[in-house]
Amino acid sequence: MKITGAQLIVRLVERQGIDAIAGIPGGANLPLYDALRASRIRHVLARHEQGAGFIAQGMARATGRPAVCFGTSGPGATNLLTAIADAKLDSIPLVAITGQVPRAMIGTDAFQEIDTYGLTIPITKHNYLVRSATELLDVIPDAFHVAASGRPGPVVVDVPKDVQSETVECDALPAPGKVDPPPPLRADEIARAAALINDARRPMLFIGAGIIAADASAALRRLAERASIPVAATLLGLGAMPAGHPLFLGMVGMHAARCTNLLLEECDLLIALGVRFDDRATGKAEAFCPRANILHVDIDASELGKIKQPFLGSEADVGEWLRALEPLVAAAPRCEWIARAQQLRTEYPLALPGAADPLQPYGIIRHTAALAGGDALVTSDVGQHQMWVAQAFPFAWPRQWLTSGGLGTMGFGLPAAIGAALAAPERTVVCFTGDGSLLMNVQELATAAEERVNVKVILLNNGHLGLVRQQQQLFYGGRYHASRFHAEPDFAAIARGFGVTAFDLGGGADPLATLARAVCVPGPCLVNVPIAAEANVYPMVPPGAANRDMIDGGIHDAIRA
Amino acid sequence: MTPSAPDTVGAGAVLRLLVRNHPGVMSHVCGLFARRAFNVEGILCLPVGDGACSVILLVVNEDERLEQLIRQLRKLEDVLEIHRAPEAREALAAIAGWLQ
Repeated sequence: MKITGAQLIVRLVERQGIDAIAGIPGGANLPLYDALRASRIRHVLARHEQGAGFIAQGMARATGRPAVCFGTSGPGATNLLTAIADAKLDSIPLVAITGQVPRAMIGTDAFQEIDTYGLTIPITKHNYLVRSATELLDVIPDAFHVAASGRPGPVVVDVPKDVQSETVECDALPAPGKVDPPPPLRADEIARAAALINDARRPMLFIGAGIIAADASAALRRLAERASIPVAATLLGLGAMPAGHPLFLGMVGMHAARCTNLLLEECDLLIALGVRFDDRATGKAEAFCPRANILHVDIDASELGKIKQPFLGSEADVGEWLRALEPLVAAAPRCEWIARAQQLRTEYPLALPGAADPLQPYGIIRHTAALAGGDALVTSDVGQHQMWVAQAFPFAWPRQWLTSGGLGTMGFGLPAAIGAALAAPERTVVCFTGDGSLLMNVQELATAAEERVNVKVILLNNGHLGLVRQQQQLFYGGRYHASRFHAEPDFAAIARGFGVTAFDLGGGADPLATLARAVCVPGPCLVNVPIAAEANVYPMVPPGAANRDMIDGGIHDAIRA
Repeated sequence: MTPSAPDTVGAGAVLRLLVRNHPGVMSHVCGLFARRAFNVEGILCLPVGDGACSVILLVVNEDERLEQLIRQLRKLEDVLEIHRAPEAREALAAIAGWLQ
């Protein structure tokens, strides 16, 4: 058959099971959009390419499968960069297909020409500049294979306009790209790991996004319960264990409950599964778990020993590893250690002041959680509200919580929520955001209105870049600068202007009743929640300090010499 | 030939990479070194066989970060093989001398 490069891309993407693509057309990808018109794939027209990238991320994070975004050359590609970099740091399978100027014009500084290939080398798992339409037969399936295999990540496919228009003869389409099988398990390593666990008196599970990527939540829970091992999670590991589980201690690190960081100080074996020892989790790395041997399992061998040298490191799919380990681990009550964990929890619990008041941070989060129900997906932006949600929202299942961890991208929350709602139309998606973050991709309210997605934006509005304000207060002598917004937009009016239903809890009416109404509104809505500018996230480990040195209260009393 | 040239090669580890030969592969390898703050003392790249692949010889510091460096290089899709190649040391030293 005769087929153009653009048609080939669309056909091959369809064969990967993609049913929605977010993007924006422009001069250099018009052939692709012409071909997409004939496809059953739903196109979601974002209002900024960064929005398109995060909408695709929302789809990928909610499902665990690769998602696709389109952008044109030049500014289309540069606008995608932040969403691609975000996907790299959080290991999200994303395939970004960009238009490029025609081959003959590459290198001439043509209109809307930028070196997309060169720009995306450091922020992708792999990237391609496609030099002929025939190459697409290999490149498109390979892009999906790379994005989803091993440790997932973003892939960029840059396609010159004339390659999109080029007609090729091909007999049959190639098979869709598949996920590589994980590396073989090493029985000797698993036996050693089991022996370490069986011998440990104070073991601790430290889990991250790898558990969720590997669908290993059930196996993790069985191990924790069988061997009585407390579990702490990174920001991206939340949801892998249900929040109310007696062995679960919540998030570790900079804004953890004190009891969680303190228990990690005391453990003698740290079982680190699908984590990369990010500095926001470990604090000062040399002081993290100083008494522990480290058993580290990750699908990415380069993570083993990158930050902390493990006593035993295994390159493995953590789900397979856990299932193989299970029969070798002895059931143990570990009464003394569990009692110690309980004692620390009682003495140093996570304080959630104001949890009953819907006009305070913890209160709005807890009330929203109760009203949205246990099936709701949750996204956040980045800043104080993100940490309050991480601390206070009762996450109960993997992939319930979609947040920008590694890159910490303000502007992530709204488009990611749109993507999640497209991928899971049966669910309510709650997007917690701040007034700083929301403005960074506020244009996607138009996309939300157009697609009628079931997204409830809960805006914790303190008129500040709150986490900047907090750090200026705590670490820069209260010398505030550039962290307060002197112009305070009427966000409810802005939302209405985009065609999105809006509520304001600051109006004096019963805020809880208003919130309950908002959550039930069909389609997108925004709830403006005025909160105090002085509200801080506590506890807090100062950047660069050890996790034991948390600000806010008599922490040192608990450290035993 | 100055005595320091062969020493530069002599002090480092030599890595031999078999890579796909296309215009971006050098950027991938060099970019990795730059952004992970690995030191590269020397680099030599030539096509092999029918030209579909190239060999890159790297002279790098022999230190505690070498294993991490190799693991990062292994993750590059265009790097097909990587191993230590002390046997290339002599040839590299000769080139180093020639450059002086």
